[in-house]
Amino acid sequence: METAAPISAAEAKAPLSPWQLFWQRLKRRRIAMAGGVILIFLYAVAIFGGFVAPYRYDRIDNNSFFHPPIWPRVQGFHLVVPRYEPGNGTFAYRLVLNDTKPLHFFVRGGKYELFGFIPTSVHLFGTGDDNYPVFLFGADQFGRDVFSRLLYGSQISLSIGVIGISISFVLGMIIGGISGYFAGLTDTLIMRLCELVMSIPALYLIISLRNTFPPGMSSAQIYAMIIVILSFIGWASMARVIRGMALSLREQQFILAARAAGATPIRVIVRHILPNTFSYVIVAATLSVPYYILGEVVLSFLGVGIQEPSASWGNMLTAAQNTDYLQHYPWLLAPGAAIFVTVLAFNFLGDGLRDAADTKSL
Amino acid sequence: MEDDRGVAIFDPQSSIFVGKLSPRPVFFATFPKVVAMLQYIFKRLLHMIPLLLGVSLLTFLLMAMSPGNYFTSLQQNPQISPDTIARLKAQFHLDRPWYVQYVFWLKNVASGNFGYSMAYKISATSLIVARLWNTFLLSFFALLIAWGIAIPFGIWAAVKKDSWVDHACSFVAFVGLSVPDVLLSLLALWFAAASGWFPVGGAESPLHDFMSPSQQFWDRAHHLILPAVVLAASDLAGIMRRMRSCLLDTLRAEYVTAARARGLGEGWVVWKHALRNAINPLLTIFGYSLAALLSGAFIVENIMAWPGLGRLTMEAFFAKDSYLVVDCVVMATALLVIGNFIADILLAWSDPRIRLK
Repeated sequence: METAAPISAAEAKAPLSPWQLFWQRLKRRRIAMAGGVILIFLYAVAIFGGFVAPYRYDRIDNNSFFHPPIWPRVQGFHLVVPRYEPGNGTFAYRLVLNDTKPLHFFVRGGKYELFGFIPTSVHLFGTGDDNYPVFLFGADQFGRDVFSRLLYGSQISLSIGVIGISISFVLGMIIGGISGYFAGLTDTLIMRLCELVMSIPALYLIISLRNTFPPGMSSAQIYAMIIVILSFIGWASMARVIRGMALSLREQQFILAARAAGATPIRVIVRHILPNTFSYVIVAATLSVPYYILGEVVLSFLGVGIQEPSASWGNMLTAAQNTDYLQHYPWLLAPGAAIFVTVLAFNFLGDGLRDAADTKSL
Repeated sequence: MEDDRGVAIFDPQSSIFVGKLSPRPVFFATFPKVVAMLQYIFKRLLHMIPLLLGVSLLTFLLMAMSPGNYFTSLQQNPQISPDTIARLKAQFHLDRPWYVQYVFWLKNVASGNFGYSMAYKISATSLIVARLWNTFLLSFFALLIAWGIAIPFGIWAAVKKDSWVDHACSFVAFVGLSVPDVLLSLLALWFAAASGWFPVGGAESPLHDFMSPSQQFWDRAHHLILPAVVLAASDLAGIMRRMRSCLLDTLRAEYVTAARARGLGEGWVVWKHALRNAINPLLTIFGYSLAALLSGAFIVENIMAWPGLGRLTMEAFFAKDSYLVVDCVVMATALLVIGNFIADILLAWSDPRIRLK
């Protein structure tokens, strides 16, 4: 009701759709826009992950266990990569003076499939010489490039968040819509089920769901499994809120009009009730994506999600659980920083969306 | 004024005021409230039982769907004869359909017997009670720390809106909301290892059994601090933001303006008028915060080697001790449901509209 006045006032001047108004309000929130830009960047990098990454996620360099980060430096008009040689002690490396290799862009390297189906070997940057590796974020305990694994991992971690939320929110909207529209016994049954799912602490439910899947699944199967598990957890809270909205919407006159015109219940729910919940759903979805990403991270971290050698932000962090590693090779925490930035960006964007959508009930 | 009031109370003519102002004993004034509360508590208790039954049925069903169990690995062991396995299976009713197993399990749980952990070779009850107590301790102290810090700072930020305090609090809250528990626990482990001020994981030192009771107490406390702080930190941000926004909402209310107009001091207005009403929505998020806390505890326990329910769940999961997984899930749910129950009662006590519903 509150948004009704500004919309009609704006229409008198220039006809703006609610979405345009929403976009205008959102544009004014700098932090939200910054969050959005960071997310677009992260997802773009993830999509082109194989191209941006100098190496494949499973490329092992036997001379570079726990190699510290190697950054290109400016020399004249070139970017050059310094060389390190084994130093004193285990996994110690010493810089070799005056031994550099220029860094090239669009260089030929290891083979990979861009977008998963275009076979190519062109990488964004690299030296083209295996004796001069570029480990932007160092190497892990198997001598694998942390930066490359981070990018391959982001393909899994970031996509699980979005796919999981889409499935569980669509489920939640349909179930909630049905529950609120039909009310009565259907409503009671569905709501009891929601309560049941919501009263189990999320991670305990995740583990008991994980228990139902057989061991020895392929990477793709595990990926699908994690999405199924996370969707199963997430729909209940969504359904509850949508149900509440549907309960109040079904009393409104436009619903009565639709029913009088002979619309079937499914049509009323999908075409008339659910569109009225969209602004809430979008805000809630943005604010919930972090939970899905974290769900995958925790599962993989505990060793029951994405398995080595596939990379995900969760299973990369497993190495950091060893305090010896962590003290001496702090770059193993890079995935943690990536998770933090992603979650922060989602929260910034979600907060801005909420203010712009002006949904007070959140 | 006092004369007026005295007359109003004791004057038999003005009976209208008698009922309103008569100084009745406190007991009679609160008696209906207590009765309503007891009714409400009873109603909520009745509500809890089907919920817990449903949860146990659901987890049991999930367990029955899971491929293999502890005996699958035993069967691969050539030293154990098939007869032994068949006998063990019969002993634990594992050769029967899952709903029969469920009835047996339910019967046992009702009499406080959680069965026998096949992986640990001890009674599951003692295992679960010890782990449940640890999880409770961890969550309880995390709750104390989180609410103890979040509430004062939330109030401070709301009262001094748009000051540097407010900005600092909202910045910390934003960062706190975004740092995943996993990362925070890892950093805490690193901190413990690097500084040497705190033990690196675990709940007690190896020499715990040889210590005097007071030493044992301090040993446990020393181990508890870091995990509790980590768990609290992840919970703190949300509560602080919520406290701030609730108090800001009530500070804008008309009765607060009225209180100010009557000339009340700002401190009195905040404490007696605004805060009292801002507490109710906070009590409702107490339940949600508990759920987040238990999930957070799951992560903290597993990373910081705190022997609680979450860690037991993972251990039982890897050992394929499905019964123990079910027990853990049901116990964790019970912890959450009881926490929600307490939150509901607190809410009903402070807000009469709830208990009249």
